[in-house]
Amino acid sequence: MIDPAAPEFWPQLFAVLLEGTWETLYMTAIAMAITFIVGLPLGIVLVGTEPGRFLQAPLGQRWLGRAINAVLGFVVNLGRSVPFIVLMIALIPFTRWLLGSFIGTGPAIVPLTLVAIPFFVRVVEIAVREVDAGLFEAAESLGASRWLIVRRVLLPQAWPAIALGTATTVTSIINFSAMVGVVGGGGLGNVALTYGMQRYSALHIVFVVIILFVIVQVVQWLLTRLARRLSGATPAASRAARRTERAALDLDDASIVTAPAPREPARGDTDSPTR
Amino acid sequence: MITIDHVSRRFGDGPDAVVALDDVSIEVKRGEIFGVVGQSGAGKSTLLRTVNALERPDSGTVTVDGTVITGLEGAALRQARHKIGMVFQHFNLVGNRTVSQNVEFALEAVGVKGDERRRRALEMLDLVGLGHRANDRPAQLSGGQRQRVGIARALASEPDVLLSDEATSALDPETTRQILDLIKRLSGELGLTVLLITHEMDVVKRICDSAALMERGRVVEQGRLAELITTPGSRVAAELFPVGEPHRIPGHSIVDITYADLSADRPVIAQLARDFEIDLSILGAAIENVAGVQAGRTRLAVPDASTTQVLTALRAQGITAWEVQAPDVQAQEVTA
Repeated sequence: MIDPAAPEFWPQLFAVLLEGTWETLYMTAIAMAITFIVGLPLGIVLVGTEPGRFLQAPLGQRWLGRAINAVLGFVVNLGRSVPFIVLMIALIPFTRWLLGSFIGTGPAIVPLTLVAIPFFVRVVEIAVREVDAGLFEAAESLGASRWLIVRRVLLPQAWPAIALGTATTVTSIINFSAMVGVVGGGGLGNVALTYGMQRYSALHIVFVVIILFVIVQVVQWLLTRLARRLSGATPAASRAARRTERAALDLDDASIVTAPAPREPARGDTDSPTR
Repeated sequence: MITIDHVSRRFGDGPDAVVALDDVSIEVKRGEIFGVVGQSGAGKSTLLRTVNALERPDSGTVTVDGTVITGLEGAALRQARHKIGMVFQHFNLVGNRTVSQNVEFALEAVGVKGDERRRRALEMLDLVGLGHRANDRPAQLSGGQRQRVGIARALASEPDVLLSDEATSALDPETTRQILDLIKRLSGELGLTVLLITHEMDVVKRICDSAALMERGRVVEQGRLAELITTPGSRVAAELFPVGEPHRIPGHSIVDITYADLSADRPVIAQLARDFEIDLSILGAAIENVAGVQAGRTRLAVPDASTTQVLTALRAQGITAWEVQAPDVQAQEVTA
């Protein structure tokens, strides 16, 4: 039991919280950075290798596209279905092989990264899937290479959703980081565990909750702003867009009629002939 | 310039298979504007996409300017696509990139770099009258303006061929006219060959030199418009000159006469009535500006006894005239 009335209580509390916050930010930042670098291309490849997509036949081989897609989809689902605590323990030999040790804040980044990657791959997958197929078609019609299509069409269009998904991913990494005390990792979760639970200090828990809340809020706020920027909806641009729309209605120059003509299916003409 | 040779394409297998293209052959000559018309589901979209290999036919070949497109893959295909521009019904512009970035993308695909790329993109935008909107985003433009950007993008790599996939179908009539006139002007200035698909006859009427009518994956009629409009029984011409459904009139035959390049100043019909002392009723008439010439069609009811005489007299004057079979009343009810 810790006595809050003791003179050394508050300085100790702040020292402990500061260290915990630093460790949490450190683990989360590195895990997120690696997750981003690995997950982004994997997500793009996962969607791209679907039949009919721009990577359906890498190196001109359709079977290769199908194989990559199947393996990737399987691994991602596997990763997502293993509980973090189990994953963490199961990864101990791997972490030891990789870093020489499995105990501590640094090694804890390994399971955190590996749990975040499948999550983030799904985030990227959804973002990429949302990109209008017409844009890919237009880019292909211009004779653009795959790499150029990814850089100039896919990524610009997917960034806003990826930014929002990154916020969610960061939040869940912070979440999982609370558990790494099991393998001797530090962080705010560990503070709550050792001081709050084992030594019955409610104040420690309260502060941990507040700090975690603030971190999540700030991350969410920053990335939401970033997403808005990336979608091209700067305040000036959206005001201008509204102006144009109003002017268009006033001048009866509204070029998009309210009931557009029935669109031919982009691929296939599969609807039955109307005559 | 574009030769589509016995192209077939089916989607799906077994009894559910849809035959989108059924042995289609089309020849588009250099510098002409060729329109493919048909209902949705007729296969015209699939047809257009075989020309730049967005769609691969099951059989048959597509040749553009001597290059067999259907045989190309990878880099060679991309190279060929640089010479074939395409515009889309829904414009397909990248929303969070500026207008000029959208056009520059086409030049990037060709490998043009830096200032040169920027300069040429602006040049293209000037050409379509949007130089002053270069730094706006597509959302800030009207539909007509967006399609102009689409055209600028399609033409940035200086292609020889422009494919248009219902480019004006999402636009209002006035904007449609402006976009069509722009396409026509650019095709003249840049020596483009244009292949367009549409379900609107007005598009064909306004800018096409030739047309093909598609139905259920087959081309049922094709040719130069000037010839089609004087071809008896032409479906394209019937759509161009809406004179109504023929109705059976007891004791009368129905005769259609078509004059390309309006010789209609001459009082042909009044003359006939006087010469043969018969009563001619006009059942319908249409005058249209087709392929740049004033052309017209009149539907007459001629007494049975004089039909042959009238047809001979008209043909003697160089006017295309033929008898139209009115469907039976019963048959009409069935189709209605």
